Amino acid sequence: MPKLTIDGIEVEVPPGTTVLQACQRAGVEVPHFCYHERLQIAGNCRMCLVEQEKAPKPIASCAMPAADNMVIHTDSEKAKKARKGVMEFLLINHPLDCPICDQGGECDLQDQAMAYGFDRGRFEENKRAVKDKDFGPLVKTSMNRCIHCTRCVRFATEIAGVEELGATGRGESMEIGTYVQKALTSELSGNIIDLCPVGALTSKPYAFVARPWELRKTESVDALDAVGSSIRVDARGAAVLRILPRLNEDVNEEWISDKTRFAVDGLGHRRLDRPYVRVGGKLAPASWGDAFNAIAEGFGKLPGGKIAALAGDLVDVEAMLALKELMLSLGSANIDCRQDGAKLDPASRASYLFNTTIAGIEEADVCLLIGTDPRWEAPLVNARLRKRYLRGGFKIAAIGPTLDLTFPVVQLGLGPEVLDDLAGANHSWGDVLKGAKKPMLILGMGALARADGAQILAAARRLAESTGMVRDDWNGFNVLHTAAARVGGLDIGFVPGPGGRDRDAILAGCESGEIGAVYLLGADEIDMSRLGRAFVVYQGHHGDAGAKRADVVLPGAAYTEKDGLYVNTEGRVQAARRAGFPPGEAREDWAILRALSDVLGHKLPYDSLRELRQRLMSAYPSFAEIDGIVAASWGAFGVEGAMEPVPFIYPIADFYLTDPISRASPTMAQCSAVYWAARNTPAKTGTNG
Amino acid sequence: MSAEHNDTPVAQPESFAFTAENLEKARYHIAKYPPGRQASAVLPLLDLAQRQHDNWLPRAAMDTVADILEMPRIRVYEVATFYSMFNLRPVGKYFLQLCTTTPCWLRGSDAVVETCKHKLGIDIGEITPDGKFSMMEVECLGACVNAPVIQVNDDFYEDLDAASTEALLDALANDRPPPMGPAVKRQNAAPISGRTTLLSDPTQRQPAGTAPAGDPNAA
Amino acid sequence: MLRDEDRIFTNLYGEHDWHLPGALARGDWDGTKEFILKGRDWIVEQVKSSGLRGRGGAGFPTGLKWSFMPKQSDRPTYLVVNADESEPGTCKDRDIIRFDPQKLIEGCLLASVGMGAGACYIYIRGEFYNEARHLQTAIEEAYAAGLVGKNACGSGYDFEIYLHRGAGAYICGEETALLESLEGRKGQPRLKPPFPAGVGLYGCPTTVNNVESIAVVGTILRRGAAWFAGIGRPKNEGTKVFCLSGHVNTPCNVEEAMGIPLRELIEKHGGGVRGGWDNLLGVIPGGSSVPVIPRSICDTVLMDFDALRDVKSGLGTAAVIVMDKSTDIIKAIARLAKFYKHESCGQCTPCREGTGWMWRVMERMVKGNATVGEIDMLLEVSFEIEGHTICALGDAAAWPIQGLIRHFRPEMEQRIKQYRDVAPRVAAE
Repeated sequence: MPKLTIDGIEVEVPPGTTVLQACQRAGVEVPHFCYHERLQIAGNCRMCLVEQEKAPKPIASCAMPAADNMVIHTDSEKAKKARKGVMEFLLINHPLDCPICDQGGECDLQDQAMAYGFDRGRFEENKRAVKDKDFGPLVKTSMNRCIHCTRCVRFATEIAGVEELGATGRGESMEIGTYVQKALTSELSGNIIDLCPVGALTSKPYAFVARPWELRKTESVDALDAVGSSIRVDARGAAVLRILPRLNEDVNEEWISDKTRFAVDGLGHRRLDRPYVRVGGKLAPASWGDAFNAIAEGFGKLPGGKIAALAGDLVDVEAMLALKELMLSLGSANIDCRQDGAKLDPASRASYLFNTTIAGIEEADVCLLIGTDPRWEAPLVNARLRKRYLRGGFKIAAIGPTLDLTFPVVQLGLGPEVLDDLAGANHSWGDVLKGAKKPMLILGMGALARADGAQILAAARRLAESTGMVRDDWNGFNVLHTAAARVGGLDIGFVPGPGGRDRDAILAGCESGEIGAVYLLGADEIDMSRLGRAFVVYQGHHGDAGAKRADVVLPGAAYTEKDGLYVNTEGRVQAARRAGFPPGEAREDWAILRALSDVLGHKLPYDSLRELRQRLMSAYPSFAEIDGIVAASWGAFGVEGAMEPVPFIYPIADFYLTDPISRASPTMAQCSAVYWAARNTPAKTGTNG
Repeated sequence: MSAEHNDTPVAQPESFAFTAENLEKARYHIAKYPPGRQASAVLPLLDLAQRQHDNWLPRAAMDTVADILEMPRIRVYEVATFYSMFNLRPVGKYFLQLCTTTPCWLRGSDAVVETCKHKLGIDIGEITPDGKFSMMEVECLGACVNAPVIQVNDDFYEDLDAASTEALLDALANDRPPPMGPAVKRQNAAPISGRTTLLSDPTQRQPAGTAPAGDPNAA
Repeated sequence: MLRDEDRIFTNLYGEHDWHLPGALARGDWDGTKEFILKGRDWIVEQVKSSGLRGRGGAGFPTGLKWSFMPKQSDRPTYLVVNADESEPGTCKDRDIIRFDPQKLIEGCLLASVGMGAGACYIYIRGEFYNEARHLQTAIEEAYAAGLVGKNACGSGYDFEIYLHRGAGAYICGEETALLESLEGRKGQPRLKPPFPAGVGLYGCPTTVNNVESIAVVGTILRRGAAWFAGIGRPKNEGTKVFCLSGHVNTPCNVEEAMGIPLRELIEKHGGGVRGGWDNLLGVIPGGSSVPVIPRSICDTVLMDFDALRDVKSGLGTAAVIVMDKSTDIIKAIARLAKFYKHESCGQCTPCREGTGWMWRVMERMVKGNATVGEIDMLLEVSFEIEGHTICALGDAAAWPIQGLIRHFRPEMEQRIKQYRDVAPRVAAE
């Protein structure tokens, strides 16, 4: 362990630590721009120069390994002079247009110029003019401001895995860009906005919207996929203006997907801001009382066996528990939170969790993807797989149609029949799995949301068991969910009770008339045409497919507008927090159900969210542990039986339009047009035009 | 053409493919480097592509090279724009690279440049309407004792002045490039007045252990 | 003066056959096998005791550099020869390559044995197209004669040698930028540590040497280390190819003893300063990167590493750029400032931003369109670059300007005064 002295403070650091990291350890701040702990060291900005005794010139602390007996001065005349010089160089060609720059107020260059800059310029020449670049609908460029730190280039190359950004030209003519005018094809592209230490890369949708000091910042979690990325929600007044990542080493590190970040404008469009009741075939605005009475009419007359409820993808656990208890009190066991029809088995928690954990991917040495396209289903899981891949010694194979991931994948076949082959004696990849130290598999909804999903689940379990994936010290069996609500729903048993109907049976019942009324709690992804003549209540926040079909619409709150619990694909219970109020007459979802229960004569036994949560935690102890992971115990699950040799179909039809919020987002619509359409349009040929 | 972000659009060809002969040469270059290190061949391959394509490098050629070497295209764009010898727009049949760095300037590169401009009627960075000549100012070509120097395509013309530059341009205009080297009567980098050293027969070998001639300690 | 018998580059002017037979007749490849058989340590010891210091500019002891290479390596080990000769004023390697290529190739083999390298890449600047053709032919001739390749010279040593052409970038003469370029990237210098001897080409142990440093090795081994060490002054031993350019009557390359007085060098081989010694304004004694020295220093200074360091300049590549009194010294240095601006790789801040700034101020200084205070500012800016960059290009850009201000400040002030005197009149007209 090298021991060194920094500004008179002696510190001992682990081998491999840089001088800059040692300084941070000693509590000494060293200014820097290009250095970023998650990116390779570039050493190019030179802002972190410090004086090392006996060295002929100042050293770049970000790049210099800490060594025994080094004596470092970060505040000597020599160090200060070097820093001041670098700052002057950074500013000579910088436009100093802070008043019209969106980075203003949260700009590293601005902050450090305050600390280390001269109070006036002495650069009398013309400043460099650099053409702005087109990075697509999300990232706005203002390249005059660029200080060439190359953080964005390194992010694209290393983390995002799309080598499209570079620094072309040389010397003072060097420019950051794609060289060809072309949108950045990464689902993580927004992160370069956060990484850019100046205002060269800013958010295009958020351009000139607000100053950081005007914003109310709320720490929360994302609900647009099952990863549950830690986010910060910035709002002004009632409006949520932007979403930024929050550091969470276990989940998203410090990145978020472009959907998590940019779907935010969907919160302001197509909102349900008051109740509606269908009158004469048309939805008409109604009071809460009228709407509740209409529901009492539609539901109250039916026996429990003829009513049903489905919960959607963005719903918080508390609302689902309230709905489950209401349905039970109405005598119905017909409830299901698996609106995609996935054959998940709530009996065994390990059967539906990402047991390895996202951070645990970094320990694995072999990974088998089964019916999952992690890049679009869970970009941050995909980023973690890439991170593991870059470290080397990681083999990845996939069963399903061809994938376009950010790391090489061996494609083993198209459908579930490959699972049997792998379990057999003479499959080369079966041997790879068996020979691995920490093998893992990821089972996606492409494998489970189909008629033989339960059989595939069983086959995957057998494969996991026979290849040493499940041991006391390692669980390599993983289910990758696509919906934020799913694991929470399974955890509280939002599935058919004894004799109850699951999604398919509910829809079949609607078609046959056996089901007379359906309660859709934010469920928009089902085939609405199959609801037949059933009386439909839709409770949710957006005027999407469900509201369109509904007979009564109850306006709920989106994930940024309520305190609610979500359980991510790992089984991690996380709390979303209210960053603003729902619009108009819309209310928090559990409260709507509580009020409705009263009208229906089955008053739910809680008057506050706190009481509801207490009930949740006493009934389901896994919810006591917020933010943590409770390892699930292994057991038998799945249904033995034949599997159809039919290729898997990945669940994401369009990454940018997966849910009511992103479908309402103009930004996501633009992304879909720019990126998704391009992905799925075969190259034009001379004959098809 | 490094350091240049010229915005005037250049008509880019749709595609580029190496000739069979050049593909063979490309393979020869790639084979110089260890397996998996084929990116090392990016400079030779871009050079080959440029030679095949009238001495300038269209983007399609960069893409072709990227594909052959299994490199991300942006990495090839970075390389092609970094090195000054890659011409990203058309150049003349005779591509005059005029050195004006201090050693050439001290010996009259201004007159050479002026002669070229005047005679060809174009400025630095321009191409004659017939496409025969283009001019570029370059940094030190490394022939400073034979300054001033013009590199025409691959060949160095040295020890120039206004008159010899004019003669050179005339010869090129007639497609009769003169032999490269000094324009004055001079043996390469030897003094023009004759050698001051190397007057003895170089095949007279010096035996091992011989002390330096003239060293007083040798006696 | 060095006698012809002690000159290494006996075909410097290219009047003899540069092909293998000619080279053999001039003594190249004589006893090479025996040198190899004497072993790695012997070769390094000989080069160390010859006193040879790197001829590329920095003057680091060559044998010592070789000794940094790992004794045992499970990875390939490389010699990379820096033939990216681009320092303004310098054109010595060019003539070694085109007229004495076998000396270089033989040196590559011996140096590789000395450092345990199995392969050598020679990185030649792209503009040296015809020079590269000579060298490529010479390599092929050496292969055909069994001098290199498997069982080189019949010694049992396997040795591959390849030529790699650059494509126009001065920065690739910096050893780590050269390695980046050789790996197929932009020539942007690497952060050090790690040093190439540990992590070099393809991440393997590598030594980068200048052409001249390598090309003298065969002769050193043949004549003996003591012979080489007997030429020149202590710590500045051996012979050196000097390039005389600028305002001399007969510009030329010439191999001379290290430590030859500058005046003797210019008068004997350069035919004297144009217009006579008294017409001398100043000399850049070691290529564009080293500070200019005025006439007063030129009178007595010796041409070696230490003597030139003592007068705050440097031997550099021993490229002597002579300027007579007709020279606009401000313009001469401004043109170098433009060179460095053009050749900055752009990677790190002080050099990317500072070289352009200095050049633009220098352009104004040429006209006199500046203030006297800006001379001090220019000097300060040069100090803000110096020592703060990843590689030495920043220093190289700063030094010529520092040298100018140190020795020719009165000329700069005079120019500013002149401009001030004339400008109002021009404006009035």
